[in-house]
Amino acid sequence: MLWLLFFLVTAIHGELCQPDAENAFKVRLSIRTALGDKAYAWDTNEEYLFKAMVAFSMRKVPNRETTEISHVLLCNVTQRVSFWFVVTDPTKTYTLPADEIQSAIRMNRNRINNAFSLNDQTLEFLKIPSTLAPPTDPSVPVWIIIFGVVFCIVIVAITLLVLSGIWQRRRKNKGPSEVDDTEDKSENTITIENGIPCDPFDTKGWHINDTFMPEDERLTPL
Amino acid sequence: MEKARPLWANPLQFVFACISYAVGLGNVWRFPYLCQMYGGGSFLVPYLIMLLLEGMPLLYLELAVGQRMRQGSIGAWRTISPYLSGVGVASVVVSFFLSMYYNVINAWAFWYLFHSFQDPLPWSVCPLNANRTGYDAECEQASSTKYFWYRKTLNISPSIQDSGGLQWEPALCLLLAWLVVYLCILRGTESTGKVVYFTASLPYCVLIIYLIRGLTLHGATNGLLYMFTPKLEQLANPKAWINAATQIFFSLGLGFGSLIAFASYNEPSNNCQKHAIIVSLINSSTSIFASVVTFSIYGFKATFNYESCLSKVILLLTNSFDLEDGFLTASNLEQVKGYLASTYPDQYSKVFPLIRNCSLKAELDTAVQGTGLAFIVYTEAIKNMEVSQLWSVLYFFMLLMLGIGSMLGNTAAILTPLTDSKAITRHLPKEAIAGLVCLVNCAVGLVFTLEAGNYWFDVFNDYAATLSLLLIVLVETVAVCYVYGLRRFENDLQAMTGRTLSWYWKIMWAGVSPLLIISLLLFYLSDYILTGTLQYQAWDASQGQLVTKDYPAYALAVIGLLVASSTMCIPLVALGTFVVRRLRRGDPAPVA
Repeated sequence: MLWLLFFLVTAIHGELCQPDAENAFKVRLSIRTALGDKAYAWDTNEEYLFKAMVAFSMRKVPNRETTEISHVLLCNVTQRVSFWFVVTDPTKTYTLPADEIQSAIRMNRNRINNAFSLNDQTLEFLKIPSTLAPPTDPSVPVWIIIFGVVFCIVIVAITLLVLSGIWQRRRKNKGPSEVDDTEDKSENTITIENGIPCDPFDTKGWHINDTFMPEDERLTPL
Repeated sequence: MEKARPLWANPLQFVFACISYAVGLGNVWRFPYLCQMYGGGSFLVPYLIMLLLEGMPLLYLELAVGQRMRQGSIGAWRTISPYLSGVGVASVVVSFFLSMYYNVINAWAFWYLFHSFQDPLPWSVCPLNANRTGYDAECEQASSTKYFWYRKTLNISPSIQDSGGLQWEPALCLLLAWLVVYLCILRGTESTGKVVYFTASLPYCVLIIYLIRGLTLHGATNGLLYMFTPKLEQLANPKAWINAATQIFFSLGLGFGSLIAFASYNEPSNNCQKHAIIVSLINSSTSIFASVVTFSIYGFKATFNYESCLSKVILLLTNSFDLEDGFLTASNLEQVKGYLASTYPDQYSKVFPLIRNCSLKAELDTAVQGTGLAFIVYTEAIKNMEVSQLWSVLYFFMLLMLGIGSMLGNTAAILTPLTDSKAITRHLPKEAIAGLVCLVNCAVGLVFTLEAGNYWFDVFNDYAATLSLLLIVLVETVAVCYVYGLRRFENDLQAMTGRTLSWYWKIMWAGVSPLLIISLLLFYLSDYILTGTLQYQAWDASQGQLVTKDYPAYALAVIGLLVASSTMCIPLVALGTFVVRRLRRGDPAPVA
């Protein structure tokens, strides 16, 4: 009798968890891709942990706080590693609806991933899309900051160059007129020495004494 | 009193200015493409031959004319013959068109440079879609680098007819680019001479750094082998020779008047023959050097894409047949595929259409040129390198230096004739003239920041300068050799520099180069006529790729106007001078 019951239970289990059964999800793990040399082997203990994580996720759903590890059924484990799972109700007669399981898994995806040291790409729940991380947008885009800095530097440099050009031109325009003033002044001053005005050579007639020859002509040129 | 003409502080500044002008973006993004298309290593043969036949002689001619006449392009050609000052005017018009659209490239380089300071780089990840369950649809179809270029940078519209609105971000970058150019040309040769030390040498520093990094990348040797294996049969292809001639011609920047402008600030006794040879050799060797760098980057990118394609196929097979994770590798892929096909035939036939044939050669064959190479292919390679922010900053900084160096030459070509003219300098100081030129160019350049701006950019890039320049340089060569007289010019040069002109230059100037240019002109004209309607590449957001479309009528009109406005200057000014002289001769002589 007991054997019959056991047989019945296993048969129902078998019916509940099958590939493409109602409310069943396929899971695919790529442990070697994720961990390389540190990859662990997939055995029944890992399966137990998986069932525990799924039960944990379901317990967070209101009205499902009594989900036990034995309510999670795994089947068709392949070498890949991939398998199908369903979550049954406490009486183990029917499976819980897919969208409940889906939302539960989505809420706790991070915890499940971390339990196996995997990520969204290496621990895949087919048909359960993962929520992608929102892009971190700073309040002011970075490029505007750098643009602003370069822009200000260029504007300052242009202003400096233009101003220095104008200043140089103004100084050049003033320059020739100042030189003229000093020349006029020197013509008007008369040097006075010992009270006697000294006249420059060419205002009074004077004669050169030819007997005194200039220095350089005494020496015969080479 | 006559104000002395400003001079370069030393001959090195002149050489650096010419190098900075000639070595531009074309060396980086056009030459590697041509090399790949026309036979790899064997493309160097037509390239070097054209350098000797056409590049060096025409460069020396322009430098010699500028140094001898000591005026900008309009004044120089007016001195050669008053009927030919139209050549100078045409040069200025073409330079004006070029500076309008060329600085937009600098604006894009600034945009990418400013965005390189983020982690992760914005073009390495796709943005999320509205409900955060996946990535943006357009980005999924194309790639993240293409999405960033077409959507985030250009915000491109589906066709040239949909103009769209002004994009303020590229407009700001364009404004900054023009301010930087204004800062460099503000004081004339005094400021330009110092800036060219940097714009000429810094790109080489970056190229060397990239060469070392590129050669050490995984898969770089694939690209280099692919490029340098000569495909000798391409030597028989006339297109290879024509493209070599065109590349030498446009790469040196002949006909814009910039070289004449630069040389006019030289001492008359300057040895411009030596400088012409140096500049043309440096320009060509930079092209070859840049293509080595580009091909090692290509090789890295192609190998990376090939390996990720293989990984995708492996993942697909592993998932469909529930094989053990890590069992399938690149080496046993083919055997396992065969085994699976025989053991599970119907399941395999379901999966088979999804399996892509990964081929390294197909990845290497994707030849890209122009803005696509610079902003899509290179960024794709950079995002996969370690410390990608550093490589990105270096790369876009190099692009900026190359672009600004060429812009200095272009604006010099416009400004020198303007500052030579007494009528203008009497009323405005040279800072104001430079400012006005930059302002007008910036205002018109805002057209290229519309949503359809990139399509107009392609119009200008393809048609504004190509045909007109060939005609201008042809008229220049004929004018110097036959109108002014080769013997007279030879004597002038001898009196100026003290060196005799060797027979090589004389033969090239009088015979070979003009014939080459005429054949190029005929080829281009026949190509335009035979192709019939002109087409362009438009970005289709739904498919995530480029599609070919026809230009509408008004775009064709703009193209015609672009070509006509510069080429018509030559006959119109000649006619105008003739008419004015006739009228003056007809009037009674004025009382002295």
